[in-house]
Amino acid sequence: MAAKGKSRFIDVKALANELEEELPCRGRQIALLLSLAGQPNHTTCPAVFVYGHSATGKSAVAQSVLESISAPRAIVNCVEWQGQKQLFEEILNQVAEAGPSPENGFTQYARCDNANDFVRLLKGVVQEKEIEETVYIVLDKAERLRFMEGHILPAFLRLSELSQCNVCVIMLSQIVWEKFRCGTGYCEPVIIHFPDYTKNEILEIIASHPPAGYRCTFYASYVNLLLSIFYMACRDLNEIRHLAELNFPKYIEPITKGEATVDDAHKLWRNIEPHLKKALQTIYLREVSSAQWEKYQQEVSGQASLPNMLSARAHVELPFYSKFLLIAAYLASYNPARTDRRFFAKHHGKIKKTARISKKKETSNQLLGPKAFPLDRLMAIFYSVVDARVAPSANIFSQISSLVTLQLLSHVGHDDQLDVPKYKCTVSLDFIRSIARTVNFDIIRYLYDFV
Amino acid sequence: MPSKSKSRKSISSKKSNPSTSLFGAEDEVYCEVQRILRSRVCGSELPTSLPNLQDQRKHLLNIIERCATQGESNSALVIGPRGSGKSMLLKHVLAEVMKDRKVSNNLLQVHLNGLLQTDDRIAIQEITRQLKLENVAEDKVFGSFAENLAFLLESLKKDSSGAQSILFIVDEFDLFAHHKNQTLLYNLFDVCQSAQTPITVIGVTCRLDVVELLEKRVKSRFSHRQIHVFNTLTFEQYCNVFKETLTLPSNFMDKMFAKEWNNHVKELTGDCTVTEILEKTYSLDKSIRSLYSLMLLPIARISADRPTFEGQQLLESRKLHSADSKAAMLHGVSILQLCLIIAMRHLTDLYEGDPFNFEMVYNEYQKFIQKKSHTVQQFDKSVVLKAFEHLVALELVKPAEHSTGSSTRTQKEYRAMSILVTSSQLIESLSSYPSCPSELQHWAKNPMAS
Repeated sequence: MAAKGKSRFIDVKALANELEEELPCRGRQIALLLSLAGQPNHTTCPAVFVYGHSATGKSAVAQSVLESISAPRAIVNCVEWQGQKQLFEEILNQVAEAGPSPENGFTQYARCDNANDFVRLLKGVVQEKEIEETVYIVLDKAERLRFMEGHILPAFLRLSELSQCNVCVIMLSQIVWEKFRCGTGYCEPVIIHFPDYTKNEILEIIASHPPAGYRCTFYASYVNLLLSIFYMACRDLNEIRHLAELNFPKYIEPITKGEATVDDAHKLWRNIEPHLKKALQTIYLREVSSAQWEKYQQEVSGQASLPNMLSARAHVELPFYSKFLLIAAYLASYNPARTDRRFFAKHHGKIKKTARISKKKETSNQLLGPKAFPLDRLMAIFYSVVDARVAPSANIFSQISSLVTLQLLSHVGHDDQLDVPKYKCTVSLDFIRSIARTVNFDIIRYLYDFV
Repeated sequence: MPSKSKSRKSISSKKSNPSTSLFGAEDEVYCEVQRILRSRVCGSELPTSLPNLQDQRKHLLNIIERCATQGESNSALVIGPRGSGKSMLLKHVLAEVMKDRKVSNNLLQVHLNGLLQTDDRIAIQEITRQLKLENVAEDKVFGSFAENLAFLLESLKKDSSGAQSILFIVDEFDLFAHHKNQTLLYNLFDVCQSAQTPITVIGVTCRLDVVELLEKRVKSRFSHRQIHVFNTLTFEQYCNVFKETLTLPSNFMDKMFAKEWNNHVKELTGDCTVTEILEKTYSLDKSIRSLYSLMLLPIARISADRPTFEGQQLLESRKLHSADSKAAMLHGVSILQLCLIIAMRHLTDLYEGDPFNFEMVYNEYQKFIQKKSHTVQQFDKSVVLKAFEHLVALELVKPAEHSTGSSTRTQKEYRAMSILVTSSQLIESLSSYPSCPSELQHWAKNPMAS
């Protein structure tokens, strides 16, 4: 309790109220984090684990809490800093406030190759800068730590013990803590859950920032309509906010045109509803980009003419034999081998009645997915579906391997197998039907599931 | 509770005093209370006595003293589960030993940790650093690890008149056993055996089978002295630890406050709700660390508004500790995702635990939605796929094990998956889900009626 400690006294309660205004509906979590932090010179728990769905304010709350108590801190994202070396150096840079900049010739605070150096250097920073307060290290997307070297996660969890400094590590993740445990166990952190926002809370948060010129209540009623379409499928605040902003011009279109007034809720609703339902299929799935969507809204054209950029992928121009190879591969993948004789041989035996009955019990291949087939079978089917005589030239075989590189086929088993390799067909039924249509081949007639 | 009400009264009377500023006496007292209690609970302060670890303490004390005073080399392993106080015991013993001038002059400590020194090269650098020999060993080239270590020990000998004893404390000992050839352990134990420099190696680990991890040559050089530290506290001792942790020391700044506080703590331990909570925690985990983590939150909340440590807050903290995290995550998924989880649960029950793929789930979902679509909205396949992929990202669904090798090659619709939500978890979360459609609950309970 030196003079410095006194001068940095923090009134937890006032701070909590202040922060809650900034971040609505997160009062409990803010209060919890603030009380765990305590006064700047207090010892804190070595690690805190915060989990919750995406867009529940984990990072925002952690950042603003640390900012408000102005603690020495490092906020790093484990996706951004993948290797342990980068991660450690970034943390040291932030704690020492000496990141790469033009003044120091873009150098790091220190070179740090492993956890041992990190702990030593961290101790050095704390001594050098005479930090008496708790140092906070926030690790965002902490689930990535599990895939780094095995000792990093346990080392972070007991960092305060290892470094003998007053350090608190805050980890933020979407994954529950049980999935982090492995080996002989760790020092358990304090676990805090950030619950999802309820419908009313989402409404409150989005409606608190209406576009300029419109009232809160008007915007709230619009967001309410939006939620009635989207809430079943999506509870992500960011996504809903984005959709609300994007579709708002369409909603107020009758008003700007003078066909309706602000109070004419029913008319506005009838105008927007089909539009929002389309939006669910297109913009929510990012089949058209937000910019395209905005551009489209300005033009008054039919919705159906909207080019679906990603769905357009279903049309691929292929050479003639490649098309037949792909068709043959599809048939080989989705038909059982014992039915080949029936479909492709000229004189197949009688189809026994018992065989037909037993078929009913099987689950459809369309549900189970493609099966692997050997190259021989592919070639046999290929020759029977192609009418012309085709020589088995190097060209044909190179087309098979280029179909594999295009990821229309996939190689099964070991990559080095030259002798009778096995393949799988990885295209959808719609795709193969459109291919078959271009070469006048009725694929449905040859598919076991549909016979 | 007369004393408690009195303490409250005194606080309220002081609070009403308009001159109470932010740095008023009252806040300062609570600040100090928190500082003391926090440092105990967060493990930066050692407890004064070790009631249940006396044998182990004597054993360790003996080993270290003999190394320092008589130049004996030794090796021992401290074994016990996580949170049982192995490091605390060692720190305690070291603090006690170092009080003796004769010992502290003659004993160098080297602390190694398996989490930090992940290979032997880093470990030998760290040993050099801790022995303060960087300048001596700076530009030397060594042929082998043994040569390096021998040089370090040799240069210590030259420094002082007699042989300096060194105490190696190897934390997370089992991780050192995974190093290549166990070179470090071999050399340390070899020096122990060959009686050149008096060194003592004390390993700390939580693995009971740690000796089995050692190579034969390393094992034969180890003295097989094992000190077990187990959680042997009875419930009464456990309660005592609780009480002692909360009790303020006699040299507290505000004597009156300390007295009232300690009286309150004494009453608290008699309280039946507190005893019940402690009993529950005790039956789950006997370690003191778990007790401390239970107490941390109520302690952190002590302030002028909430002047006492109460059972209610302990109950709240316990709730936070025992919360089912997966149920909490299930509470936040959308209705569409909940439908998919129910469908997956049915598929898993139907095929007796065999993995399923997205197409099967979608098929099941379609069957449900087409038969009764009263309030449950129908969605496109691509929207459903997005919801499914979100579930995979949340790790509520994971790729089945035997397909991991080829999973990159199959389409995402046909990847074999298995669900990580049990039926009881699902039913429970459905009942607590906000405004859950009744069809869903019905469907979850009887799959056939869908």
